[in-house]
Amino acid sequence: MKYSYYPGCTLRTKAEILNRYALASAKALGIELEEVENWQCCGGMYTASTDEIATKLASVRALAQARDAGCDLVTLCSACFNVIKRVNEDARTNENFITKVNNYMAPDMEYHGETNVLHFLEVLRDVIGFDELKKKVVNPLTGRKIGAYYGCLLLRPGEVMQLDDPENPKVLEEFIRAIGATPVLYGQRNECCGGYQTLNEKSIAVQRSSAVVESALSQGAECLITACPLCRYNLAVNAAPQIPVYYFTELLAEALGVKEVAENGN
Amino acid sequence: MAIDREMILQISGVNPKLCMKCGKCSGTCPAYDGMEYHPHQFVSMVENANLEPLLASESLYTCLSCMACIQRCPRQVEPAKLIEAVRLAVIRQQGCDHLLPDELPALLDPELPQQAIVTAFRKYKK
Amino acid sequence: MQKIGVFVCWCGSNIAATVDVAAVAEALGKQPGVVYATDYQYMCSASGQNLIKDAIRDYGLTGVVICACSPRMHEATFRKTISSAGLNPYMLEIANIREQCSWIHKDREEATKKAITMGTAAIAKVQLNTPLTQMKSPVTKRALVIGGGIAGMQTALDIADAGFEVDIVEKKPTIGGKMAQLDKTFPTLDCSSCIVTPKMVDTAANEKITIFSYAEVENVTGFIGNFKATIKQKPRYVDAEKCTGCGLCTTKCPSKKSLNEFNMGLNTRTAIYIPFAQAVPLVATIDPDACIKLKTGKCGLCEKVCEAGAIDYAQKEELIEREYGAVVVATGYNQIKPVQYEEYLYNQSRDVVTSLEFERLMSASGPTAGHLQCPSTGKLPRHIVFIQCVGSRGTACREKPYCSKVCCMYTAKHAMLVKDHYPEVECTVFYIDVRTPGKNFDEFYRRAVEQYGVHYIKGMVGKVEQGDGCLKVQASDLLDNRQLHLEADMVVLAAAIEPDPSARKIGTMLTASMDTNDFFSEAHAKLRPVESPTAGVFLSGMCQGPKDIPETVSQASAAASKVIGVLSKDFLLSNPCIAHSDPTLCNGCSQCQNVCAYGAISYEDQMVVDKGVRETRRVAVVNEAICQGCGACTVTCPSGAMDLKGFASNQIMAEVDAICN
Repeated sequence: MKYSYYPGCTLRTKAEILNRYALASAKALGIELEEVENWQCCGGMYTASTDEIATKLASVRALAQARDAGCDLVTLCSACFNVIKRVNEDARTNENFITKVNNYMAPDMEYHGETNVLHFLEVLRDVIGFDELKKKVVNPLTGRKIGAYYGCLLLRPGEVMQLDDPENPKVLEEFIRAIGATPVLYGQRNECCGGYQTLNEKSIAVQRSSAVVESALSQGAECLITACPLCRYNLAVNAAPQIPVYYFTELLAEALGVKEVAENGN
Repeated sequence: MAIDREMILQISGVNPKLCMKCGKCSGTCPAYDGMEYHPHQFVSMVENANLEPLLASESLYTCLSCMACIQRCPRQVEPAKLIEAVRLAVIRQQGCDHLLPDELPALLDPELPQQAIVTAFRKYKK
Repeated sequence: MQKIGVFVCWCGSNIAATVDVAAVAEALGKQPGVVYATDYQYMCSASGQNLIKDAIRDYGLTGVVICACSPRMHEATFRKTISSAGLNPYMLEIANIREQCSWIHKDREEATKKAITMGTAAIAKVQLNTPLTQMKSPVTKRALVIGGGIAGMQTALDIADAGFEVDIVEKKPTIGGKMAQLDKTFPTLDCSSCIVTPKMVDTAANEKITIFSYAEVENVTGFIGNFKATIKQKPRYVDAEKCTGCGLCTTKCPSKKSLNEFNMGLNTRTAIYIPFAQAVPLVATIDPDACIKLKTGKCGLCEKVCEAGAIDYAQKEELIEREYGAVVVATGYNQIKPVQYEEYLYNQSRDVVTSLEFERLMSASGPTAGHLQCPSTGKLPRHIVFIQCVGSRGTACREKPYCSKVCCMYTAKHAMLVKDHYPEVECTVFYIDVRTPGKNFDEFYRRAVEQYGVHYIKGMVGKVEQGDGCLKVQASDLLDNRQLHLEADMVVLAAAIEPDPSARKIGTMLTASMDTNDFFSEAHAKLRPVESPTAGVFLSGMCQGPKDIPETVSQASAAASKVIGVLSKDFLLSNPCIAHSDPTLCNGCSQCQNVCAYGAISYEDQMVVDKGVRETRRVAVVNEAICQGCGACTVTCPSGAMDLKGFASNQIMAEVDAICN
C-alpha cells in the first residue's frame, strides 16, 4: 500500500511528533507513505472566496504530484486535509477556477482534480479496517477513557469532506475502540476550539477551548485525542481546565508498540 | 473601488436571497457572544446593502471560520462565506491589514504551532 | 380542402400582453383553407364560445383551430363547443400559444412570430383531421381504495353510502392510520380516538365495504371503468375468521422484543400481536421476523393457548384478483426519522423525540398511559423545548423543500396540553414563522401563548448537547438579538412529513404522476384537485400533499363524489385517438407488442390481400378498449403499419412541414 504523503508545515516543526508516530505506525501496518517532493505550505486555511487563486496553488501542486506518482494523497493534519480536499473539489467542479490555476502550472503539470485525497484516519478505517487494526494491537489501551476531538476541519463542510456524518461522527470513536480504549462522547467534540483566534483574539480561543474541555470532562473523558496541531495546542495550552491532549497517532503508535521507535527517530 | 453589495456577493458567491431568516446560523455560532453583528445579521445587512456598520465592525475578525453555520443552514446560504468576503474586501484595501508582522514577536510563545501564524496571516493580512 | 376557422384568444393579458393577437389572427386568416379568423378576450367564456358556434354556422366551417392555452386546460371545453354547433368534436386543433409561447417569452415580436408558426402548424394538421367517434365501454361498479387511514375510510364510506361496493386495501394489520395514533386533535382538542375508532367500526360494519387488511396492491392494469387489480394478502398466520381478538396469545408469547409500531417504537410488543385494543379487524397477527416458531420450528405456545384454534403457521401469501371502475389513492404520510439531524441528538438521546412519538407519550393508549415522562428517567420533565421546521422548508440535501403545514398547529396543541395537565412544566417553542391559516387556528395558537403561557421564541435551535442530567439547548432569539443557552429535559422535533414510501410503487403501477417529492400530482391545482391526471385515479389525503384532518376529510369526500360520478354511469365514452394497424404493411415483428405498456396489442393470423395476392399473415391487432393512445407502438413500428387516429404520421409531418416552411 503506497500513498503520496503531504505532511504540512507544522508536522515538520512543532508537531514533528505527530508525523513520527504516524510514520512508525504506518510502517508497522504495512503502509508506505512517500512524501511529496518539495511540497509547500497549504496555508492552513481554505479561503472560500470565489476569486482566490494564489492561496490555493500550493495545494494544487501537491495534488498534481500525487497524480503523477499514481497515488492517493494522504494527509495527517486536519487543516491540510481540509484545505487540500476543498481545493481538489474546486479543481473538479469549478472550470473557471482550474483554468486560471493551470496558467500557473508547468505545461506538463496541468491538473483537473484527478487525485483522491485521504486523511490517514480513512486509510486506517477503509483500507486497513479497524477490525484488522485491532488484531495488530500489541499493547491495548484497556480502561482508558478517551474523548475524540474532531473540531471543524475534519468534518465540515460535510458535502465536500465526506469523512463522516458531520453532526455525529464515529471514525475516531471506532479508532479508540480498535486500540482497546473506551471512547467518551461529549457535545463539543465537533464544535470549534477557536484555534484561528489564538493570535488575534486569545480570549475567544480561551473561552472556546475551555468549553470543549469542560464538555469532555463532564462526560468523564480522561484525555483527548485530535489530528490537528492547532487544536492540540489550543486545548492543551489555552483551555482553563486541564486535560491531557494527544495526537491520535501517539496512541496508535503506543498500541502498536512502536512508540519508542518513533520517539527515538525510527 | 468602493466596497458595495455587488462586490461582496461576487467575492463570496453567496446569494443572501436564499435566506428564510430562521436564525439557525446564529443559534449555532460558537463565537456569537464575541460578535457585535451575528451571522444572520451579516446575511440581512449585506442583502439590504447596509454595509457601513459591518465594514467597521470587529465582528469581521471574530468569526472562527468553523463552518458550523454553513453545515447547518437549511437553505445553503453559507453565512461564513459572506463574513469572509466582507473581511477580504476590507483587508484587501491598502493599509487595512488586521495583523502586521511587527506585532508578531510579542504574540509568540515557544509551544505555538506554525499553523497558527500561517493561518492568522492568511485570515487577517493581504 | 377543409373550411377552417381560426380563433385567437387573448386570455386576458396572459397571451395578449406578449403576443400581438390581432396580427396572429390576420396572418393565419391568409393561410390556405382558412375562411374566418378572429381574436377575442376570453375564448373559453360563454360569449367566446358563442363566437365560435356562430362562425361554424355562418361560414360553414368544417375544421376549427383555437390558439389559446394548453389543450390540457380547455380542449374538452372547445370540443363540446364545436360539437354543439354540429361539428365532429375531433375536427378541432389547439395551438398552445400561452404555456408554450406567451408565458415563456418576453420579446413581443418574437412571440408573435412563434404564435403564427404554431397556428400555421395546427391549420396544417386540421386539414388532415377526420371525424372520430368515441366508443362505449362498460363500468365495473366497484371502487378500490388504497390505504385505510382517515382519508381512505372517509372516501370508502361516502362511496358505499351512494350504494356502490368499495374495497379498502391496507398494508398494516389494522385500519385507522395515523389518526388512530394521535392523542387530541386541533383546534378543538377533541379526543382523536373518540372520533376515529367509531369510523373504523362503521367502515368494517358497512356491508358495501370489504377491508383487505395486512394486504398490498401488487398490480393494477386496465383503465377507467375497467381496472383489474391483484391484491397480495400477506399471511397473518392467524385465521382471521376464527380469531376472536381475545389477546390471550399475546400474553403468552415469549418473543417480546419487537418494537411496537403503534407506539412509534417507544416500547415493545410480542411476536404475535394486536396493534392496539381498538384495532379493526380485531385479529392477531404473527410477525414472521420475530416468531420463534416460524424461525426455528420450536415454541408453538400461541397455538396451544388459542381456544378458537385460529393459529395457522402454514398460512401462505394469497393473490386475489378483483375488478374496479375507479381507484382512490389514500396512501398517507410518515414523519421523517430525523436521523440526519444529529445536531439535535435524535439518535443519541432518548429524550429527543419526534412530535408523533410525543403524541404517543401524551396518549392514554400510549406506552405511559398518558403520563408525561422523560423516556430516559421516567420522571416528569421540568422544561420541554419544541423545535419547529426540522427538515421542512430547506434546500440542503437532507431537507424537504416544502412546509409540512400541520406542525405549527400540533406543536401549539402539544404545548397547550402539557401546560393544561402539568402547569409547572415549562414549554418553549422555537419557531421561524407561526403558520396558522385555518378556521379558529390562529386563535388556538394565541391561546397557547396568552392563556397557557407557552414561550414562543422567534429563532432556531443550533445545537442540542447532552448535559449533566439534562439536555443543553443552544439557540438564537432573533427578536432579543441574543444567543440562548437553555436546559431542557425533553426536546420535541417537529420533523418534516413525507409521503409513505409505498406511494412511489403505486404511482408507477397506476401511471399516476407524482411530483419531485413523491406526492401525487392533481390533474389541475384549482379545478381538479382530487383527480390524478390518469383517468379513473383519484387522490385522497396526505398522499397529495401535507394537510390537516379537516382538509383530508373534505378531500376524501370530494374524491368519493368523483368516484360516484364514474360508477353511476353504465358506460363510459373512450378516447378515440387510439392506435390501429394496417395489416398489409405489418411485417409481424412483434416490436409494438413489446413496447405497449397496456397490453393492448396481440398478434393473430389474418387473411391479407396485398397487391392482389391473398395470403395468411401473422399481424398486429389493437384492442381498442385497452389502447390508451400513447403512440409508443407507432414510433416503434419499422414498417409504418401502426398509426394513431387523430395523431397520424401524415398529420404530424404536415405540422413539421408547416413549421419548417
